Amino acid sequence: MSTVTEVLTSEAAVPRRPRLLRSRTLLAGAALLAVIVALAILAPLLTRYNPIQQDLTHILLNPSRQHPLGTDELGRDVWSRLLYGARTDLRVAFVAVLFPFCIGTFVGAISGYVEGWVDFSIMRLVEVVVAFPFYVLVIALVFAMGPGTRSIYLAITIVSWVSYTRIVRAETLVAKRQEYVLAARVGGLSHARILFRHILPNVITQCIVFAMSDIVLDILAIVTLGYLGLGVPPPTPDWGNMIASGQQFLTTHWQLSTIPGVVVVITGLALMLVGDGLAEVLRPE
Amino acid sequence: MLRYLAKRLLLLIPVALGVAFLAFLLIHLVPGDPARTFLGSHSTPAGIRSLDHAWGLDRPLPVQYWLFLDRLLHGDLGQSLFYQASVNTLIASRLPATLLLLVYATILSLLISVPIALLAAVRRNSWVDQTARAIPVVGIGMPSFWLGIMLILVFALRLRLFPVGGYGQDTLHHLWSMFLPGLTVALAISPMLIRSLRASLIEALDSDYVAFARSKGLPGWIVLLRYGLRNASISGVTILGINIGFLVGGTLVVENVFAVPGLGSLMVQSIMNRDFPVVQGITIVFAVIVIVVYLLTDLAYAALDPRVQFS
Repeated sequence: MSTVTEVLTSEAAVPRRPRLLRSRTLLAGAALLAVIVALAILAPLLTRYNPIQQDLTHILLNPSRQHPLGTDELGRDVWSRLLYGARTDLRVAFVAVLFPFCIGTFVGAISGYVEGWVDFSIMRLVEVVVAFPFYVLVIALVFAMGPGTRSIYLAITIVSWVSYTRIVRAETLVAKRQEYVLAARVGGLSHARILFRHILPNVITQCIVFAMSDIVLDILAIVTLGYLGLGVPPPTPDWGNMIASGQQFLTTHWQLSTIPGVVVVITGLALMLVGDGLAEVLRPE
Repeated sequence: MLRYLAKRLLLLIPVALGVAFLAFLLIHLVPGDPARTFLGSHSTPAGIRSLDHAWGLDRPLPVQYWLFLDRLLHGDLGQSLFYQASVNTLIASRLPATLLLLVYATILSLLISVPIALLAAVRRNSWVDQTARAIPVVGIGMPSFWLGIMLILVFALRLRLFPVGGYGQDTLHHLWSMFLPGLTVALAISPMLIRSLRASLIEALDSDYVAFARSKGLPGWIVLLRYGLRNASISGVTILGINIGFLVGGTLVVENVFAVPGLGSLMVQSIMNRDFPVVQGITIVFAVIVIVVYLLTDLAYAALDPRVQFS
């Protein structure tokens, strides 16, 4: 995860455009994301099939006028499952990113500002979490706590707060030595006020940029858990689950696995564009 | 150097204890009683009591942790609940496939990303560079297991160049049947490698020593290889090291796509069997692999770059 951070911060200089709307990358990403979110929200209007309604007399149909993307092995409409799957996966990913963002930012700010043994302990804790590969820990945690969205939120929070902590800590260490902080301290402001009113607003932009690529990682984690049978329990539609159940029909119905994957890639692309665009726009003078 | 190594090893102790603690906690995160969960519909009060006793769950938490650490220090990961074997035996039988996949994927990812990053850094803003910058944006959001399925679809089912899965009987067949899984993991981590390698190559090529080498009239390819690539390779080692977590995670998932008999597929099977000790043991082994690679990366970085101070 740290690589993504580093990558985002070390990206070579791109000509900076001053206004939010002048970043074409951001505009393209936001437009694409808006379309995907709109499709998810408007799902009930865009299909007349229930995504979990089985119809065993119409299984594995090829795309037709009735079923634009065909049906799966239980006769469920693939287009409907794709739309409702977007609802599940996007909702879980967007909620899952909030907890680590808040916890990680808070802990990182404290760690960087206080330093000393507090910082030492927090950094050792970070190293413990980082020692586990992302998927290994997420899968082990979801296994221990049982499948379901609550476990996914908890597992992702336990694993990914460290990225935010590292970013904010590094930025806070630099920021606390800047003149505006010294001025605030000379002015007699309390530490809490200096940290949360003066330093945090200056260091949080990096976190916001990283959060975009972190949502991509969370979507991948949710979809991967779904593929391994540890995600959102069936019959709730989920892209990972769709890819998994399509795999056994690869020789005859390749579209069943292919289409949900393409949708994941497009969603990831939209979020990465938004992240890169935000990085362009928010980069300080 | 020795003092640096000693300090680095000393700092590993709290991390190792923490890793063990987190792995230990896994079994206590199980909602309700782990023994009841494991026994399912077969559970009887007596059965639960005897399992609790066998797992040491009837003792106070600190004692349990101490016993767990004691076992770990003796290299004992416990007994599988599903197979009639120790976790050590199971892991030892599955480790070779996973290690082969890790090495294979590392080599393939370097073969993919180094040339692309090199061309992109040398011909900046050319179409190669544009592509190299677009790859990460599209590629990071690509699920590795889906990529694996697509490769199976094209190279195994349509073109029939490689087997759909499995491990093969001898070395040659290992290499043949592990090509697609290795390629999948390599393609999954290449976007990040390309992005970081390109950035560090550009940094090296824009440096004063490269400008100096050019100004004294050295041919371009010598400057590129001796000054650019050599210096960028130092950060390349770090980039690979940092990515070991992704590499291991990718291996875990991709093994399940190709039915590779490695640790990742054993982990998922054990999850389905609710075989706690095996899941716990594999989690620890993966963490140990990552910690060792992090340590080696730090040492290699310090050894390769004479400017690094051992403080």
